[in-house]
Amino acid sequence: MRRRWAAVSAVALGALALLPLATPREDILNFVFLVLLGITLAESWNIVAGYAGQVNLGHAAFFGLGALLTRRLWTTGTPIVAAMLAGAVLATGFAVVIGVAAFRLRGAYFAIGTLALGEILRTTVSNVLPEISTLPAASIAAYRLTDRYYAALVLAAVTVAAVAALASSRLGLGMRAIREDEEAAAASGVGALRLKLAALALSTGLAGLAGGLFAYYHISYYASHPFGPQWTFDALLMTYIGGVGTLHGPLLGAVLYVVLKEYLAVRWVDLHLLIFGALFVAIVLLLPGGLVQAAARVRRLLRRRR
Amino acid sequence: MMILAQQLLLGVLIGGLYGLAAAGLSLVFGVMRVLDVAHGELIMLGGYGTFWLVTLLGVDPFLALGLVIPGALALGVALYWGLFAFVVRADEATRVKNSLLIGFGLALALHALAVRLWTADERSVPTPYGGAVFTVAGLSIPAVRLLSLVLAFALILSLQLLLTRWRWGKAIRATAEDWQAALLTGIDVRRAYLLAFALGTALAGAAGTLVTIGYAVSPSIGLEWTLKALIVVVLAGLGSMPGTFVGGLVLGVAEAASAAAFGGPYREVVGLVIFVVVLVVRPRGLFGR
Repeated sequence: MRRRWAAVSAVALGALALLPLATPREDILNFVFLVLLGITLAESWNIVAGYAGQVNLGHAAFFGLGALLTRRLWTTGTPIVAAMLAGAVLATGFAVVIGVAAFRLRGAYFAIGTLALGEILRTTVSNVLPEISTLPAASIAAYRLTDRYYAALVLAAVTVAAVAALASSRLGLGMRAIREDEEAAAASGVGALRLKLAALALSTGLAGLAGGLFAYYHISYYASHPFGPQWTFDALLMTYIGGVGTLHGPLLGAVLYVVLKEYLAVRWVDLHLLIFGALFVAIVLLLPGGLVQAAARVRRLLRRRR
Repeated sequence: MMILAQQLLLGVLIGGLYGLAAAGLSLVFGVMRVLDVAHGELIMLGGYGTFWLVTLLGVDPFLALGLVIPGALALGVALYWGLFAFVVRADEATRVKNSLLIGFGLALALHALAVRLWTADERSVPTPYGGAVFTVAGLSIPAVRLLSLVLAFALILSLQLLLTRWRWGKAIRATAEDWQAALLTGIDVRRAYLLAFALGTALAGAAGTLVTIGYAVSPSIGLEWTLKALIVVVLAGLGSMPGTFVGGLVLGVAEAASAAAFGGPYREVVGLVIFVVVLVVRPRGLFGR
């Protein structure tokens, strides 16, 4: 089973790596870029929400911080990789400081507390930096989509690999113990706060890198845009619809979400949110394991038939 | 000095609406332990209901309340039966978390629906007496907003009377206090939940009407109003409707004061900062009574 998944992943990765050589069509590359960015966001959100069981509604704050610092450093001459890493360090550092206080809150209170935090940051950034950030002319002239595409591919692959490693590690086991019952986990020797902070640090570091990718990809945007709550909401929808707390759930969710969003956006802007909002409610009520759980059920049914 | 007094006065006037917005959320959370983060979207729907009544049927905006409130009550019943009745079966921690997620999906769907129905533009309703302004001691008081404040207070007072005098109001309070004990004394707890949710939605609808009259409505006001309501609930605690109203006034004044001190764009930040600080300092007693 394990080996089969490894083979599937290798083939998928190889195909994606060859895609820019196979087609020069920018719309396809842009589309796959969005899917890869979605995967990174969803999987990184999934670490805290799915494995450690804490619904973080302030994910956009860390995405935004990564974008902010990366853009600032990169446009003033720092190489993009170093700039992105700096953005990730800023996001993680901020998360750890905030996390010590925020993890005093449990369950839904953590969720609304982090939501408020994200909004504070967004409002402040839009007040301090109200202008559109546009790349200098030289960078626009040197802009190559394939660079962004490969950066997104590497980042998404790293993120999925990190979550896979986490899922099978002792650390991940401890996180799941906290998710199931924090008191019981703490009583059996799991350092709950330490593990929750570790989950948040990893998750926000990846979100910071994703923000850096956003800053690298877009030619111009409002500095406060990556702080918008929709980035958190997107990650949440992708993760829950695919299957929260699983490795391939957020992957599946991200692909489905971006496909439907882009397809519907041609004729009906925002209609995807109506569909996904309703689908999400149905999944929370009826199918807490998302599409991954649904697929497992179908598979079991088929097997029984045989 | 005069300018500051004027700003604080406007803060009081919008604060009444914050109190009204929070009252519904406080009732629903206090009774059902359901955190309905789509509360702001319900306010938004109330606003558009008013917009339609005024522009399509020519109803007077304040009289529209008489139609929006029953409509919102019915919507509340439908939402309870369709969604939240499934949530209240779970234990308390799961209930809060699942209701948060469901409210969230509902909020996204309602937002998208509102964009389809009414476009993303900001809408406001014209009132025949819209521009009227009283001047008291050099301060100008817009008549429409003053009337909104009075109506908000009247609505909260009627809710308080319902909860203390009406048979089912007492049942709702008993359920909030201890649902198991309420069940043992023969109260139909599910019915109390239904009534609380319907009343909470009706208050959201009424708040939506007043917001649209005094200010404006657009599909994206939902999150902002949900946060305002949450801040007031955290400030005022659960259990007392007049207390919630006062909490709303406090938030309105605090926003006005911070706008005067740090500039207009920061008015949103002060409430959120209060909110986060109170949450972190009193993580458990936060929604306590």
